Amino acid sequence: MAISFTLNGKPESVDVSPDMPLLWVLRDTLNKTGTKFGCGMALCGACTVHINGEATRSCITPISSVAGKKVTTIEGLSADGSHPVQKAWMEEDVPQCGYCQSGQIMSAVALLAKKPNPTDAEIDGAMSGNICRCGTYQRIRKAIHRAASEVAGKSHSAA
Amino acid sequence: MATAPVVNRRDFLKKSAAGGAALVVGFHLAPRAFADQAKDQEEKTANPFDAWVRITPDDHVTLVLGKSEMGQGVLTALPMILAEELSVDWKHVHVEQAPTNPKIYDLGTGGSGSVAGSWLPLRQAGAAAREMLIAAAAKRWEVGTDTCKAKNGLVVHGHPERSFRFGELVADAAKLPIPSLNKVPLKNSEDFTIVGRDTHRLDTADKSSGKAKFGIDSRVPGMLYAVVARCPVFEGKVASFDATKAKAVPGVRDVFEIKTSGRGASTTGGVAVLAENSWAAIQGRKALEVTWEEGAAAKESSEELRDQFLANAQKPGGVLRNEGDANAVLEAAPKKLEAIYELPFAAHVCMEPMNCTVDIRPDSAEAWVPSQGPQWAQAVIAEAAKLPPEKVTVHTTLMGGGFGRRYQADFVMEAAQVAKISGKPVMVLWTREDDMQHDFYRPASYHRLQGALDGQGKLAAWKHFQTSTSIAAKWSQKGADDPGLGEFGTGATIPYATPNIRIEYTLAHSSAPRAWWRSVEHSSSGFVMESFVDELAHAAGQDALEFRLKLLGEPRKIPQFGEGREDYHPLDTGRLKGVLQLAADKAGWTKPLPQGQGRGIAGFFSFYSYVAAVAEVSASSSAFKVNRIVCAVDCGRAVNPNGVRAQVESAAIYALTATLKDAITVDRGRVVQANFNDYAMIRMNEAPPIEVYLVPSTEAPTGIGEPTVPVIAPAISNAIFRASGKRLRRLPIRKEDLA
Repeated sequence: MAISFTLNGKPESVDVSPDMPLLWVLRDTLNKTGTKFGCGMALCGACTVHINGEATRSCITPISSVAGKKVTTIEGLSADGSHPVQKAWMEEDVPQCGYCQSGQIMSAVALLAKKPNPTDAEIDGAMSGNICRCGTYQRIRKAIHRAASEVAGKSHSAA
Repeated sequence: MATAPVVNRRDFLKKSAAGGAALVVGFHLAPRAFADQAKDQEEKTANPFDAWVRITPDDHVTLVLGKSEMGQGVLTALPMILAEELSVDWKHVHVEQAPTNPKIYDLGTGGSGSVAGSWLPLRQAGAAAREMLIAAAAKRWEVGTDTCKAKNGLVVHGHPERSFRFGELVADAAKLPIPSLNKVPLKNSEDFTIVGRDTHRLDTADKSSGKAKFGIDSRVPGMLYAVVARCPVFEGKVASFDATKAKAVPGVRDVFEIKTSGRGASTTGGVAVLAENSWAAIQGRKALEVTWEEGAAAKESSEELRDQFLANAQKPGGVLRNEGDANAVLEAAPKKLEAIYELPFAAHVCMEPMNCTVDIRPDSAEAWVPSQGPQWAQAVIAEAAKLPPEKVTVHTTLMGGGFGRRYQADFVMEAAQVAKISGKPVMVLWTREDDMQHDFYRPASYHRLQGALDGQGKLAAWKHFQTSTSIAAKWSQKGADDPGLGEFGTGATIPYATPNIRIEYTLAHSSAPRAWWRSVEHSSSGFVMESFVDELAHAAGQDALEFRLKLLGEPRKIPQFGEGREDYHPLDTGRLKGVLQLAADKAGWTKPLPQGQGRGIAGFFSFYSYVAAVAEVSASSSAFKVNRIVCAVDCGRAVNPNGVRAQVESAAIYALTATLKDAITVDRGRVVQANFNDYAMIRMNEAPPIEVYLVPSTEAPTGIGEPTVPVIAPAISNAIFRASGKRLRRLPIRKEDLA
């Protein structure tokens, strides 16, 4: 039976096994490969997407549980890489191999939505579910602070 | 001086090639091959406009990347070298991955050798292209080439200045004679505008938007996804299998056996489950019933291996190096020290699990391979497809980590076998568990260090006995008889002045696959040497830094033991002192720390680079924390200093995981750990700040991806000793060890 949800702002419908994890629906059925497979057990965060705005590990999320919900993947963050978090990632040269970075960015965006100016401890809390084997952690930290201050600066000047 | 042949990565693969499957020869892996690489490239004298530089009439500049990108930044650093000599505007440069053409490219990527080995050949290629463009312009203007020069994508001449765009010249330039690469003028480094400047990576936008395509993202019309059930026991085989339940899983298309390919690609064989998507394949494998013939390795365990180590340590090992009479001096010395160090198997754990996509057609094949050795991959696929290698097109994809793991071609061979049997394009995908339990591990090793101090606190003798599950025994055609010097790396080249040196080795048996893990043998040698020197300093009642500097003495060049060529990148004690002093200065070595905190230092020479680290830790009898790591690096000229710093940060975290997290252990011939719950990685909340300082240098670039790894564990264990008085000699370090 078809399962319908919203993917990056557009209606989507898939006819797959209801227990198939969202990760594989995205990657293999819908060819949205920006979301990555890392562990299959919600241990590494490479598969992080937003479901109704919450950072969620798509590798253990059955597609049936996504019905009627809003899913955002890395591809839906911005059309042109202009999201403040993506820009900060570029400024700080965060990615090395880059494989985990979709998940890192999705976790960081969800963090900043809740805590626009996070402390280091809050960054640790929100980001420690995402493993980076290249060890880009200190650049991720800097980039999150940079994105936070850029957004703050913008809203400040707008006000 | 006694010399034993060092088995290096290059030799291994050449030997594997000769003895095993029909693998390609002609790619060079070990850093010691830098000079040979340059020579080989020179002999090729390819037209730079065919090989390295593409310029369209509208000035679109594409530079060709002849190595593979696994995070280390070659996609940016290597084009920087070409662009510098070519004299184009960096902002307009695009990069394209080289095809597998061994006549032009040496695609093997590892040994921290990409920038070092490409430095001269790429400068020459870029300069040759520039000179050809200048010659084309000079011909049009009918002036001497010496009156023209290239800058920012233009050839200019005269006052007032006139110019041609490269795009206007390229068609003519490409037809001109290729300058002799030996004689082509290279830029003076004072004129560099690209090399040596902090430069943003070129792949960041794609890697921050989900657009970057890794091997696992390869999609081919009509493709199937496959996972392979492999015997959990090393060297075990399929006895029988029943695919009924697997085939009943919705989406599963086929189930069949693939054979082990033994040496060479070194696959385990197993049962492949093919499905319409990855999930169905994984579910199908869960439902599959396989009976394994476990074989002799089922008796192996980490405990049994340690018993071998202990038994081996009771007897003298094979003597690899013997100068003076260390045994006699140790016997008679007034002050002597002995310590045992142990390191476990370690897994690579690339974030992108192994995978490979292959499409074999009747007269050709095409593959998408995240590989550090695309030419080897090509040969492996050709063998499985029964096609000549030139009929196999290999697309080298981005890699989600490599660390040496992706040198192997086991995952490539599996994909080629499955594609051949199925007749369809197939991705063979490894799950995390597959990746962790069927790796080629950093060897487990056991070391006994003995040192003697004379009346003045000088080092009177140094003796190092090692027993390990060597890499050579896995790959060398000499197998168990291989002398083992390669297992010491530069740990056999003692930078600390002593007249008496003895190095011994005994092989321990294991069926666990072993191979090159980031920094290879140096990850063990650095820990052992720099921990033991620290112990000697303490025994001598001296400061850990002062003791090292004193023993390193006046700057001198020590030939690398086993290199066979005394003048080839000798260890320069002055440069080693330089990084130790710089790290110490930046860390505030002499500044007191609060009670319960301590600093440790370590310095090591590997991949022809010098790295020192100072770690600051807090430690009590029940807990410890790494608060700060300061690294100083001398890797010659830094092509992209920003990229060099990133590699140092990366290697430090990689080493921190191996120092503080889990070991790979073996039980009943199987790897026990399977996923990140039992083989944990350092995470954000555990990552200390890492400061990186580069020694300014005009020397040619040397390795940077790996040489930070060896110094991290000793810096931390030395710091824990200073903080708590507890000397830790076994990795990984556990808080229980502090009690």
